[in-house]
Amino acid sequence: MIHLQRRANPSKLMGYLAPFIALLLTLAAGFFLFLMLGVPVGEAFRAYFIDPISDSYGLAELGVKAAPLIMIAVALSLGFRAGVWNIGAEGQFILGGICGGAVALYFYEVEAAYVLPLMCLAGIAGGMLWAAIPALLRTTVNANEILTSLMLTYVAALLLSFLVHGPLRDPDGFNFPESRLFHDAALLPSVVQGTRLHIGALVAIFITVMAWVLLSRTLLGFALRVNGTAPRAAKHAGFGQAGLVWFSLLFTGAVAGLAGLFEVAGPIGQLNSTISPGYGFTAIIVAFLGRLHPVGVFFAGLVMALSYLGGESAQITLNMPLAVTGVFQGMLLFFLLAADVLINYRIVLGRERVA
Amino acid sequence: MFETSLLSNARRKLLIAAASAALVLPAAVQSQDALKVGFVYVGPVGDHGWTYRHDIGRQAIEEKFGDAVETTFVESVPEGADAERVIRKLASSGHDLIFTTSFGYMNPTVKVAKQFPDVKFEHATGYKRGDNVSTYSGRFYEGRAVIGTMAGMMTKTNTIGYIASFPIPEVVRGINAFSLAMRKVNPDAEIKVIWVNTWYDPGKEADAAKTLIDQGADIITQHTDSPAALQVAEERGVMGFGQASDMSAFAPKAQLTAIVDDWDPYYIERVQAVLDGTWESTDTWAGIDSGMVAFPGYGSDVPDDVKAAAEVVREGIIDGSFHPFAGPIKNQAGEMIIAEGEVLDDGVLLGMDYYVEGVQGALPK
Repeated sequence: MIHLQRRANPSKLMGYLAPFIALLLTLAAGFFLFLMLGVPVGEAFRAYFIDPISDSYGLAELGVKAAPLIMIAVALSLGFRAGVWNIGAEGQFILGGICGGAVALYFYEVEAAYVLPLMCLAGIAGGMLWAAIPALLRTTVNANEILTSLMLTYVAALLLSFLVHGPLRDPDGFNFPESRLFHDAALLPSVVQGTRLHIGALVAIFITVMAWVLLSRTLLGFALRVNGTAPRAAKHAGFGQAGLVWFSLLFTGAVAGLAGLFEVAGPIGQLNSTISPGYGFTAIIVAFLGRLHPVGVFFAGLVMALSYLGGESAQITLNMPLAVTGVFQGMLLFFLLAADVLINYRIVLGRERVA
Repeated sequence: MFETSLLSNARRKLLIAAASAALVLPAAVQSQDALKVGFVYVGPVGDHGWTYRHDIGRQAIEEKFGDAVETTFVESVPEGADAERVIRKLASSGHDLIFTTSFGYMNPTVKVAKQFPDVKFEHATGYKRGDNVSTYSGRFYEGRAVIGTMAGMMTKTNTIGYIASFPIPEVVRGINAFSLAMRKVNPDAEIKVIWVNTWYDPGKEADAAKTLIDQGADIITQHTDSPAALQVAEERGVMGFGQASDMSAFAPKAQLTAIVDDWDPYYIERVQAVLDGTWESTDTWAGIDSGMVAFPGYGSDVPDDVKAAAEVVREGIIDGSFHPFAGPIKNQAGEMIIAEGEVLDDGVLLGMDYYVEGVQGALPK
């Protein structure tokens, strides 16, 4: 019989090393995967990890793809540290896109500098509003935020679908479910000429640094961490649980909403029913891949974004099926979770002894 | 089955490439003047519906032109910010002709096309064109008229279950064409619609089929991409139609017939035009007469009189004696939309956003 026994003192060093070990194991397993597929291994690794970012446009695209992931994942990780499980960032992202996009359409053809800031505020407000619902339900009737925030995601998606099929539909668009293309004043300027890189990339860096400072240098950060690891101790220390729930949800809502607005005002440039390819959910994976540490999350976001770009590139240059990308992402998570188990538990052969 | 052959095909090519030169770029192995044709797919090539048929079209090009062309595809590309990157990447990596095969790729296609004036683009189901952007689609509503006729004659419960994706004109037009043809042969029959808000989600499609059958539908039809609904029909002993491709392998008894999207001739024609240097931006909306909308034959349970009636409609559409949207047409409220002797023109059909008589429920707006 094999069973797991909890380690008394899990290694802290190994905890930090685990993502790198998982990455190495994924690459090693990928080597055999390509070998089995009959793909030249060197070519395959190049297509996945180097080709997509071999020019400035590719690097900018990495930023475009990673920015929403990092923004949301960093915000989520603060809440996860505090034991507040917001699974509904996807919905908050969509609401941000809806509210910001609605402002853009309301001020259609208004050439004014205030349009974009107003859109950003609306995006933030939309995300916060959507996150406030699970926060309210959790703090008043103790409803589990995992369920409420997740279910609100589907409501948000349907709301978006309703709006682009109806009130916000392009009047000249043959009744197709999408809004007008935003006017120039409502589009995010490109940060690097000739690419789609927008201010979201800078905001992602800013939020990462801010979250790091908040977690490690402030009382609020300390309260979040204590609440996550020892809720009763946090209570005795006088940290209000409700306040932490509100903060975690509203902060994530605001950031996810802003990310959603960036997406519609940046690379998409209009509202349609598919503004998110699941950023809010992928960000949960990114948050854990980055060990819920802002800096770790930042790099995890880059790795995850690269895996998407690499998947496209491998399809184009090597005719490799998309499923390989899914296998890659799956292996990365599998190895990380396996490493986690081995850090926290030891494998014991033989019958379990009562300690 | 299909995936395996695709994989082994890719593997064979790569093995040849690897054998001829251990670490040479694949590009160096390819002949210099092969026309590179790229495809962007919204679903997986193994969906056995919409994307599957586009990929069959891609394979038809390879078969027809051999070494003169080289094709690439990217599957399951989301219709948001990612599409532009994928299309641009195809354009910048030397593709001369790019097919973007879903409506949501319209704006990204137009945007990238402006940056690559020498590359030709073909966008399926959209309405924006440019000097180097053509659009193309099938008049699939013609096929709906044929299967609507069959359903009207074969239903015993007078209830047809219709699984619909998104309330866009293309889908609404299909529902209406189906209803009009069905009511011509059976004025008591009605359609129940379930909107699943997805093109491809076998689980949701199957659930919708079960719900519709539980509500009394004895024929299921769908405007989604997987064979899931038809598989449910087979299990539950009701009838249905294949969508986009011949799905009889999934429902040998249940499939009465299928509306097959046959892109092969169009794709071959457009590639030929690029090779000949005669490619021009065009707008194609082709129906049964062109072969773009096709049928694989009838299921074994279809009685002869139903086959005959279906053939009358099919041939009538080809020779122009039958128009799926010929008046009199009434909307759900019973108001006359178009009088006898007239037909709805393409402009109206392209923007169709109301139900005709015989469809139950309200159209989501």
